[in-house]
Amino acid sequence: MSKFPKFLMAASVATLTAAPAMAEKLGLGRTATDSEIAAWNLDVFPDGSNLPAGKGDVWTGEEVFAEACAVCHGEFAEGAGNWPKLAGGADTLDHEDPLKTVGSYWPYLSTTFDYVRRSMPFGAAGTLSDDDTYAIVAYILYSNDLVDDDFVLSKETFLDVELPNAEGFIVDDRAETEYGSFTNRCMSDCKPGTVEVITTVVFPGDPNSGFDATPISQAVMGTAAATPAEAEVTEAAAEAPAAEEAAPAMELDAELVAKGEKVFKKCKACHKVGDKAKNGTGPILNGVYGREAGTVDGFKYSKPMLTAAEGGLVWDETELSGYLANPRKYMKGTKMSFAGLKKDKDIAAILEFLKSHSQ
Amino acid sequence: MSTETKGTGTSRRGFLKGAAATGAALGAAGAARAEGDPLITEVQEWASGLGEGVDATPYGMPIEFEGDVVRRNVEWLTADTISSINFTPIHALDGTITPQGCAFERHHSGAITLKKEDYRLMINGLVDTPLVFTYDDLERFPRAQQTFFLECAANTGMEWAGSQLNGAQYTHGMIHNMEYTGVTLRTLLEEAGLDAAGDLKDKWVYVEGADASSNGRSIPMEKALDDCMVAFKANGEALRMEHGYPVRLVVPGWEGNMWVKWLRRIEVMDKPVESREETSKYTDTLEDGTSRKWTWAMDAKSVVTSPSPQMPIKHGKGPLVITGLAWSGRGAITAVDVSLDGGVTWQEARLAEPGKPMALTRFYLDINWDGSEMFLQSRAMDDTGYVQPTKAQLREVRGLNSIYHNNCIQTWHVNANGEANNVEVS
Repeated sequence: MSKFPKFLMAASVATLTAAPAMAEKLGLGRTATDSEIAAWNLDVFPDGSNLPAGKGDVWTGEEVFAEACAVCHGEFAEGAGNWPKLAGGADTLDHEDPLKTVGSYWPYLSTTFDYVRRSMPFGAAGTLSDDDTYAIVAYILYSNDLVDDDFVLSKETFLDVELPNAEGFIVDDRAETEYGSFTNRCMSDCKPGTVEVITTVVFPGDPNSGFDATPISQAVMGTAAATPAEAEVTEAAAEAPAAEEAAPAMELDAELVAKGEKVFKKCKACHKVGDKAKNGTGPILNGVYGREAGTVDGFKYSKPMLTAAEGGLVWDETELSGYLANPRKYMKGTKMSFAGLKKDKDIAAILEFLKSHSQ
Repeated sequence: MSTETKGTGTSRRGFLKGAAATGAALGAAGAARAEGDPLITEVQEWASGLGEGVDATPYGMPIEFEGDVVRRNVEWLTADTISSINFTPIHALDGTITPQGCAFERHHSGAITLKKEDYRLMINGLVDTPLVFTYDDLERFPRAQQTFFLECAANTGMEWAGSQLNGAQYTHGMIHNMEYTGVTLRTLLEEAGLDAAGDLKDKWVYVEGADASSNGRSIPMEKALDDCMVAFKANGEALRMEHGYPVRLVVPGWEGNMWVKWLRRIEVMDKPVESREETSKYTDTLEDGTSRKWTWAMDAKSVVTSPSPQMPIKHGKGPLVITGLAWSGRGAITAVDVSLDGGVTWQEARLAEPGKPMALTRFYLDINWDGSEMFLQSRAMDDTGYVQPTKAQLREVRGLNSIYHNNCIQTWHVNANGEANNVEVS
């Protein structure tokens, strides 16, 4: 079998008409250093090449997975909410609604390692050690019944594992199976009988019917592409003085709020704030500053959090600072899989930001 | 029904008479008949007072009345809005260039903020000299400029199992079309030197972004050297953050996922990486459970953008502009046909301009609508001889589980009131 689809090997479909022709090198850029290449050149190939040193076993993997991954992917890699399931689905690929997981669909283990090490956990990519990455991948294999519980994954054992769907892929064959038969440009009497409706739309109306269709003001649109947050911050800051009359004032440092908004990017994967906020992987954070812990409607808190709530925990500056600095040290068993904010100034900024959403 | 436009409602008297008989236009037309349209006969505020000064809007945005022509997402489609998609309001646009501010977004780890000063592009692997470029370096290479469409492989993907979402924006809005300026990928690869790669025929480049997802993809060297571009401008101005500012890859005609945003690294390799985005995603499962991989090219496709569910006919019978978009990732659009009866008979539409390779083409069909229901369809042809297939033809080959690359003919049912709905027909 040719390595490339036939159409590609034929003459190029088009070239840049005005592309410049270079006579010689321009000498631009500089030579990349070895350490720079090592830092970015992380791709791992199906044959295991470019794997780092290290190892991880299933049980370590279970612990790391529970801390770093389970909040989205479930304790047993079975998935939570709309987040991807990582295990199960064996022999479902020819079913009506196939379940595609690492075990049922992914062809190469290298892909799992490569992806976990680069891009997971969601919101804290690049923070896992190579050993932890090996351990997590070992646990995902175990969750898919592909290895025993004493399995240790390393560079040396990597090729011992073959994923069930390794042979399940073919190279794009549209040139052979489709292009030749999709050529009939019929102009009349193209269908026998009268045309009938087979299905009507499943979701009638505009999917955004709940969307506020009032015209977007110049001010908001002007900042929408670059920094939508700033408009909100400005509004929040502008509203602050007015609030003084009604309630004891929380004075806001607008600049710090803006910094906090940036730090909050680390949290956004799980927590929402603002008018349209809903509970996600984590509870909604509107009003969190000064709120009694564990009291957001509809959010399923961890046991330790509920226990702390019964004990009267209130999210004041001290408690929030402690929690955000090191969540798992502050509260063993919390569902929040977040490494913590290392810098005090980041904590101060995010507290100010949360305050601005607690007016 | 005829495509002739002359003869009806073109004279002033005909307009007034016709309008009086049409309920919707009665109020305004009635006043006009009696004493003339006050918008004409009375001096209006805007014709008397003064408008805004030149310093009011340093960067102009659409006037407030166009505030609903925006990208929209469908909340329940994805787990959250950071690894998610929104849709271009193609139903409300005309021409072919998509304004950046409403061009759809698809992120895997959110749209990041990356300054030009912090931008680095590395070329490594099987090259003579591994190089690092700054943004300023890129602007010193000879430039190229061309217009291309970018379509997400999952565009229309919801529709495999039947008509699902009600609007061209939602069924076909994972597409945009921009005029890119940048440097060809070939130029940069040759700067690093490809002698070390040996025979280029079986070589690949791996491209990845600077965001947390990195979104790495493997691209055959032949394509990399043919027409790929490292772009820093779109529609004349800097890329928007959500489209990869300051630098993105342009892979003409191929699925949008390969157009890596915030491009940070290009590696020359002797084999593909088989990354997440080219194995677990962006592969097309067939009925028997095997899956196609490396389905890069976007096949010829078209859609009527108006009338459509979000763009009902509000003017009643008479002259009607039917318009839409056509494109092919394998060449230029040569013709577009439109059917008003669900595909029994077809007539050739008028292309606003001759089709350009791997760019959107606008088509029009001007008809005199008699007010009867229509099953509106469009069908694109490209210069390979390919004719856009029906959903039934695609299902026959692929089944229902492919998710990606659904380029079937779309049907809008337009009723006598001019309202349109997404349907699937026999």
